[in-house]
Amino acid sequence: MSAVAVEAPRRARVHPVLAVLVRRTVAGVIVLWLTASASFWTLQLVPGSPVDILAGDLADDELRASLAREWGLDQPAWQQYLDFLGRLVRGDLGQSYVQRQPVATILADQLGSTFVLALTAGLLAVVVAVVLATASVGRARVRRGVLSTLELVFVSVPVFWSGLLLLFVFSFQLGWFPAAGAGSVRSLVLPAVTLALPTAGLLSQVLRESMERTLTEPFVVTVRSRGVRESLVVWRHALRHAALPGMTVLGSLVGGLLGGAVITETVFGRPGIGSISLQAVSNKDVPVVIGVVLLAAAIYVVVSTLLDLFYTFADPRLRGGAR
Amino acid sequence: MSAANLVRRPTLDVAADGALKPRAGRPAPTAAVIASAAVLALIALFVVWPNLFTGWDPIRSDVAGSLRAPSAEHWFGTDRLGRDVFSRVVHGARYSILIGIAATAIGVTGGTLIGIGAGLSGAFVRGAAGRFLDEALTRIIDVFSSLPAILLAMLVVTFTGPGIGNIAIAIGIAGMPLYARVVRSQTMIVVRTDYVAHAAVYGRSRAAVLVEHVLPNALTAVPVLAAIDIGTSILAVSGLSFLGLGPQPPTPEWGVMLAEGRDILRIAPWAGFFPGLFITATVIAVTIVGRWFQRTADRRIA
Repeated sequence: MSAVAVEAPRRARVHPVLAVLVRRTVAGVIVLWLTASASFWTLQLVPGSPVDILAGDLADDELRASLAREWGLDQPAWQQYLDFLGRLVRGDLGQSYVQRQPVATILADQLGSTFVLALTAGLLAVVVAVVLATASVGRARVRRGVLSTLELVFVSVPVFWSGLLLLFVFSFQLGWFPAAGAGSVRSLVLPAVTLALPTAGLLSQVLRESMERTLTEPFVVTVRSRGVRESLVVWRHALRHAALPGMTVLGSLVGGLLGGAVITETVFGRPGIGSISLQAVSNKDVPVVIGVVLLAAAIYVVVSTLLDLFYTFADPRLRGGAR
Repeated sequence: MSAANLVRRPTLDVAADGALKPRAGRPAPTAAVIASAAVLALIALFVVWPNLFTGWDPIRSDVAGSLRAPSAEHWFGTDRLGRDVFSRVVHGARYSILIGIAATAIGVTGGTLIGIGAGLSGAFVRGAAGRFLDEALTRIIDVFSSLPAILLAMLVVTFTGPGIGNIAIAIGIAGMPLYARVVRSQTMIVVRTDYVAHAAVYGRSRAAVLVEHVLPNALTAVPVLAAIDIGTSILAVSGLSFLGLGPQPPTPEWGVMLAEGRDILRIAPWAGFFPGLFITATVIAVTIVGRWFQRTADRRIA
């Protein structure tokens, strides 16, 4: 099959990176449009009119009618849907029913805190996973057993429990870190560790599995026969080959970090996307819920596009064009 | 360094003398698998017969005896309302485990149906219509998997409101893409195999080929996936409950108990410690048993 691919003439003289970019952008726009439509129509069916949320308990018919007019809720559903899409194209996510503010503003205010938490936890997870995987690959059974058990525990512990344990030990007993709040670096440590654990466990499992596969390959024999130290074989050769499968799961891990951040923020009383989405869900604040969902979908689209581009750079075999 | 040390092969398949171990037969369960099975058996007993373990009412409060530390009388202490934490953990297993299993069942059923639909429409429905159907279903799977499970579940809860059945549905929907993807690709492979073509040549109807050959072979991976996924579902259920989107207090669900335990963490850490310990132990046990199940199934397929 590869011989055919080599002989086949190049269909177009488009730069491979550009081709990936165009293909992923089109796919990404479709995913975002479908996500927006699915959440719009699902939430359109929510029992009870949004006017109830807007008007509160003041069930005055005149007020309700004017609110419905003001928010465009007296229009037929398909008209509202077209308006909604039109606003989305212009980057307007609509107004919150409860806070009476643009959804984009609300999200932008809270995004920073969640982003810092998720990014710190993500970096920490990568470091922990690489250390765990390289320390356990191809080693004695006991050490391997201990480390892979540790991974299993990391993956299985709910973040809302590990968070409480860390809070109890390091905040209440030892007094090293503040129990709640955000803003300082010290207040970031416990939430970031909590959020990093499951991601680190998962990533470490993937890395070790792929490194073990690499260590059985002929080129490793060649490297060893040149007298290269075992630690160098693991760090320079096996780890580099394990990076590609590692990157593949990193895409889904970003989603996991985002979801985990919602719970972690609740445990530690941090502001962020978590508290907004919880409030929005319990208040049926539909525009905010749609905003959060679209934000998550957009992050997924961007991350998977970046990953695809990364593959094109990292793996020359993928530059051939059509997959 | 001898030549033998240079070539490191996977240890599983190589015996001490260098010969390949026979791959036939079911591998003996390890001590960890047996211990995990024992934990799961105990939890299953909690589910079906909680009164075997505790005489305390999990709901009845006794304010005079609140916030007691673990003792011979209250093994896991008491919470803010003086309820026995051990009794609540035992009775809570019913909610956490059964909702987790129900969510997995919903995810397996829905995901499998979507996967079969997408996989078959490419092969059985001729021409552009089939391709369009497959493409549309695949895009829907894409949309669902673009969202973190917990956010997707929160979206569903916005629609349905909090509650036991509702979070089972929410987490079930969030789990569907996994099965849909696997079943779709397996179906597409099986439909193109020779034995399916032969069955058609021998005059079996499409429905008969589907039921006798395609489905049994396309769905082999599903039970294994589901076994491990039950652990993930239990984690997600207790997570949503912790956020207050699942069963409401005073239900003794483990996630709800942890949320209540958070507020009194400083004065009564046991109220949150034990439910979390049981969630973790259950998930670890499910994963270990599930992986063993996966290994035995892999051998059978290979």
